[in-house]
Amino acid sequence: MSDPSKGGSQTIVPAEPASHRRESSTKEKAWEEQTLAPTLERSPERQSGFTTISNYPVRRLYTPTNLADWSPERDLGYPGEPPYTRGIHSTMHRGRLWTMRQFAGFGAAEDTNQRFRYLLAQGQTGLSTAFDLPTLMGYDSDHPLSEGEVGKCGVAISSLADMEVLFDQIPLADVTTSMTINSPAAIIWAMYLAVAEKQGADWKKISGTLQNDILKEYIAQKEYIYPPEPSMRLVIDTFEFGVKNTPKFNTISISGYHIREAGSTASQELAFTLRDGLEYVEWGMRRGLDVDEFVPQLSFFFNAHSDFFEEIAKYRAARRIWNKAMVERYKAKNPRTWALRFHTQTAGCSLTAQQPYNNVVRTALQALAAVLGGTQSLHTNSLDEAWALPTEFAATIALRTQQIIAHETGVTNTVDPLGGSYFVETLTNEIERGAWDYIEKIDALGGMVAAIERGYPQREIAEASYRYQVALDKKEKIMVGVNDYVSQEKPLDTLQIDETVAHRQAERLRKLRADRSSDEVARRLAALRKATKSKDNLMPYIFEAVKSYATLGEICDAMRETFGTYEEVAIT
Amino acid sequence: MPDKKIRVLIAKPGLDGHDRGAKVIARALRDAGMEVIYTGLRQTPEMIATAAIQEDVDVIGLSILSGAHNTICPQLMKLLHDKGMTEVIVLLGGIIPEADVAELKKAGIAEIFLPGTSTQDIVDFIHKRVPQTS
Repeated sequence: MSDPSKGGSQTIVPAEPASHRRESSTKEKAWEEQTLAPTLERSPERQSGFTTISNYPVRRLYTPTNLADWSPERDLGYPGEPPYTRGIHSTMHRGRLWTMRQFAGFGAAEDTNQRFRYLLAQGQTGLSTAFDLPTLMGYDSDHPLSEGEVGKCGVAISSLADMEVLFDQIPLADVTTSMTINSPAAIIWAMYLAVAEKQGADWKKISGTLQNDILKEYIAQKEYIYPPEPSMRLVIDTFEFGVKNTPKFNTISISGYHIREAGSTASQELAFTLRDGLEYVEWGMRRGLDVDEFVPQLSFFFNAHSDFFEEIAKYRAARRIWNKAMVERYKAKNPRTWALRFHTQTAGCSLTAQQPYNNVVRTALQALAAVLGGTQSLHTNSLDEAWALPTEFAATIALRTQQIIAHETGVTNTVDPLGGSYFVETLTNEIERGAWDYIEKIDALGGMVAAIERGYPQREIAEASYRYQVALDKKEKIMVGVNDYVSQEKPLDTLQIDETVAHRQAERLRKLRADRSSDEVARRLAALRKATKSKDNLMPYIFEAVKSYATLGEICDAMRETFGTYEEVAIT
Repeated sequence: MPDKKIRVLIAKPGLDGHDRGAKVIARALRDAGMEVIYTGLRQTPEMIATAAIQEDVDVIGLSILSGAHNTICPQLMKLLHDKGMTEVIVLLGGIIPEADVAELKKAGIAEIFLPGTSTQDIVDFIHKRVPQTS
């Protein structure tokens, strides 16, 4: 292990996990001598060693001796009960399938509204909104820095007026919606709640998920506006508001997805995400919130990468770690606090621009790992996403992939079908142990905010990502169609977003600013500005500002004045 | 006379924060013996051009994944031209539709590296184009 205070860095991977140094049984020894040894002499294995995609060593064979210290009653338990290794519901996917929730967003609100309604008509069971970069960074579509970016990576939302168009004819009382927004999460959520209110939907009953996970922005995705301290205040404000007003809404989706996409290993993804989770719990408790009241509204979001068993073990270990931390660290008493619920997305970084139709196969296998790992909801990537946002054609195949897994493969017929596999149980134990090592190291640094400020997780991820690139360049790891099995294919037809979206948005904003009551907007923004300097929960002020049709950019600016903005020290 | 190290500015323009590619390239070029300066995130074309002059670089490597390349690249090329930096080699990496490649090259981008490029290919390209130091 490395000393995090020094520049050098080394991923936490036990060189030889304890379970690899176990005594073989007499029968196994006999097999090694009589059957294995002659085979190896005749034809050696393809490689001197085998590892997961995260470089974790994998043995030739797993047997009961790998699980010598393992107790099925203690470590596996039963589904729906601690330690939740087998899943958080007693009947899992026999009772209810996971939510098929395809992430979508492009162009202006009316473009995405049309895609949403199409996906719901195709049997999708939940919505998930992608916002464009100006929205994610708290700029209106007509801000100079938004030039060239409006509607490109998601939908452009600059005010409540856009949000009303986005959810036009979509009943928020019935459909659950996930919103991938972080720094301006409180504002976008306020817009959503305002639309729900206008539709007459009961806040106590509506459900959905706000990503709202600022810590992983500093660590990996880098879409932050304010420094950590005021950003965390905003997050805890939404927790507090959610407990009182929207008990069924997930006020955060603590995300490993982006950490993995930035190049982390599976165990880093797991450890940094769960340690982020503990950080939010601690900040919430410091605010005076009851752990058994607000934590049940915290959800998680993991990546489904290509190493099949490593991913399944990761999800199983995640549930076990969270349960243990909630019980031991925070003395939680509510089973809903103990049970880790998660969304999964297949790995965008595993998609290849070359031979893009192969991505359908990759995505299907990754999705299968997520299902076998007990996911609560799932997004499957589209085959063209190494090039652009998906076309309707590509997005439909991605959704159909989930429907095929659900209805044709039979993997949903029993709970945790891999439970008891010597390999999967051993890997689950080892990934759990590796994650605890990282978690304790971050504890020792003073928590995740302190670790981020020292660049610790950022450096660990950069190291892992570079090692993976070197392995690809040396062909130690193979990506089909990229560094082996290369062939020429004709380019795909991809979705194009042109600049007319930006012009439409600019015109809509001009009209909005002319039509609204500028006095009321000024009053609401002044009240918010004043509240930023107090200890008040900011959600009610943001909600009132949103309802006066103050824009996203104006509301973010009001908070920028007090909170300032964050610049990272870039680590390369 | 000892060779002068090739100087490269790796820049991440636009609002996007996905810096995995930029950081990997920065590290790979450094490992290949080049002097690499990384601008950090969210640089405007103006900031990039200014940094390129101040750092007196031979090469600028841009990483753009957000689809804003058609706006950003021509702006940067014009600024470099106006500031008299006509010798600098500008490379672009990221998610660039093949349909945009010809227009970007016409604007002065020396080469465009698409997803899946090996870092060695980029090192080789730079050595070929900055021959006095290879």
